[in-house]
Amino acid sequence: MPSLAGLFFWMNIKLENIKKLDVTKPLKLDCGKTIKDFPLAYETYGKLNANKDNAILVFHALTGDQFVTGTNPITNKEGWWVTAVGPGRAIDTNKYFVICANVIGGCMGSLGPKDINPVTKKPYGLDFPVITIKDMVKAQESLLEHLGIKKLLCATGGSMGGMQLLQFCATFPDKAFSAVPIACSTSHSAQNIALNELARQAIMADPVWDNGKYVLKNVQPKNGLAVARMVGHISYLSEKGMQEKFGRKLQEKADYEFSFNADFQVESYLRHQGYAFVERFDANSVLYITRAMDYFDLSKQFKGGLVEAFKNQKTKFLIISFSSDWLYTTKDNKDIVIALNASGADVSYSEIITDKGHDSFLLDETEFLKTLKGFIDSMYEKFKNEKRI
Amino acid sequence: MKNLKMKKEFKVIADLLPNNTRVLDIGCGDGSLMHLLRIEKNIEVRGLELNQDNVKECIYKGLPVIQGNAETELHQFPDKSFDYVVLSQTLQAFYEPEKVLKNLLRIGKSVIISIPNFGYWKVRTKLLLFGKMPVTKTLPNTWYNTPNLHMCTIKDLFNFCDEKNIIIKKVVGVNENKTSLIRKSNLEIKNLFSKVGIFLIS
Repeated sequence: MPSLAGLFFWMNIKLENIKKLDVTKPLKLDCGKTIKDFPLAYETYGKLNANKDNAILVFHALTGDQFVTGTNPITNKEGWWVTAVGPGRAIDTNKYFVICANVIGGCMGSLGPKDINPVTKKPYGLDFPVITIKDMVKAQESLLEHLGIKKLLCATGGSMGGMQLLQFCATFPDKAFSAVPIACSTSHSAQNIALNELARQAIMADPVWDNGKYVLKNVQPKNGLAVARMVGHISYLSEKGMQEKFGRKLQEKADYEFSFNADFQVESYLRHQGYAFVERFDANSVLYITRAMDYFDLSKQFKGGLVEAFKNQKTKFLIISFSSDWLYTTKDNKDIVIALNASGADVSYSEIITDKGHDSFLLDETEFLKTLKGFIDSMYEKFKNEKRI
Repeated sequence: MKNLKMKKEFKVIADLLPNNTRVLDIGCGDGSLMHLLRIEKNIEVRGLELNQDNVKECIYKGLPVIQGNAETELHQFPDKSFDYVVLSQTLQAFYEPEKVLKNLLRIGKSVIISIPNFGYWKVRTKLLLFGKMPVTKTLPNTWYNTPNLHMCTIKDLFNFCDEKNIIIKKVVGVNENKTSLIRKSNLEIKNLFSKVGIFLIS
């Protein structure tokens, strides 16, 4: 395995070769600071048709990136939503033009804390401004402008991707014909914030982190970051799903070792997930993105609360939740439905029954994928007709 | 149960509804009625449905549907947020039909309810002659597996509305392909010869 410093150097070389939009328009952030001339990395799949009515924007989750499907050219692993997006999949790239951008604050080519601060000529670290979900969404609007898309056929995203989508619809009520927010909420609960804080504390407790200055030394607080990822992974599975997958099974051994090695399969799984993550993600990005999620509170942005946020909404919504998701529960998702109903919006809702927890939206969940496909295909027919008239 | 519902009934319901209104269909099944209302009357439809397969079917058809239980989840709809709320042959299956009905009248400016009529002569004679719980086309289940907890007759619902000061605007009786208006004056006879009763109330 190459050294981490070497790995990051190599990753940065590769990041030079991906699609990037230079956003020249100044973006005033919620924190009061302004960024301009910043890179927004993105990827597209399929072809935009002549009428420009087949575009679907995907918003990625906390640790996702713009490489939705196919092979991620940076990690050489499968795209994070290969189950749903691709030729012949629910979001069929033979038919639709799929767009996804890396969020600002991220580490896959869009402006983030490991980039060079033009003022100091050194990597930002904690000098990077604190960003919000709204900032992320506003940055991505520039991309639609760049691609010449006036109205999206659909916008979708799960988890933090769903939050970005709700923000997108509230901020730009006429930019999407339809929207599918999946397994998300309009604000973080105390438990959501607590779990994110646990992840941040794990990173900050790693001495290598050094107040975020590790970026200057080309190292990574990998132990802290790995623990942060483990916390996440526990929250993405359901209690039942975890029990069925691992139970008390031992990891390639007949009996306890009477040590602190990974005796149990579940321990081995967490360690593997944790340490695989440090090879592709930046620790400071986790701090910034989890903060953005915690600060997100759509009702706080509008005087009349959520109902006001969705007022005059022309977008047709489909909200999807998963029965065993305890991170963004069915109730969280139903609250979105209630708000949309109260504001008179066109909303559908489906709860998918599954044991697979929050992770379900990334998995090959037949009922979920069928519902998603059915909705998008029917919306495409309507959108085409509406455009014709 | 939904599949056995007569097409005629949907036709009657559609005729009761003015064009270009907002309608909530409670227990909308696979969306057949919503589809009819949208196509023929340009009605802005919404559905509430418990069954996952039916929900999927509605979504495939591009009909807005919310998966949920009418018994417990009607609170999500604001007061008078629809011109009409339709409840087709489901009232008798609720644990607390009175509470559901109250909610429907809260959500809709008007409400359309249809019920399988337990006062229909075939139902009456089956019980009278054979001493067994009646099984008919409109009531296809046996006593131990029926979803119907609170069976009633057209006359029962008529009287109920009177007692609770609910305004009855129109009642239509359906028998096969024939429909007829039901009034207080012909209630006894219509209660005997209608398979289904459709009430427009507010």
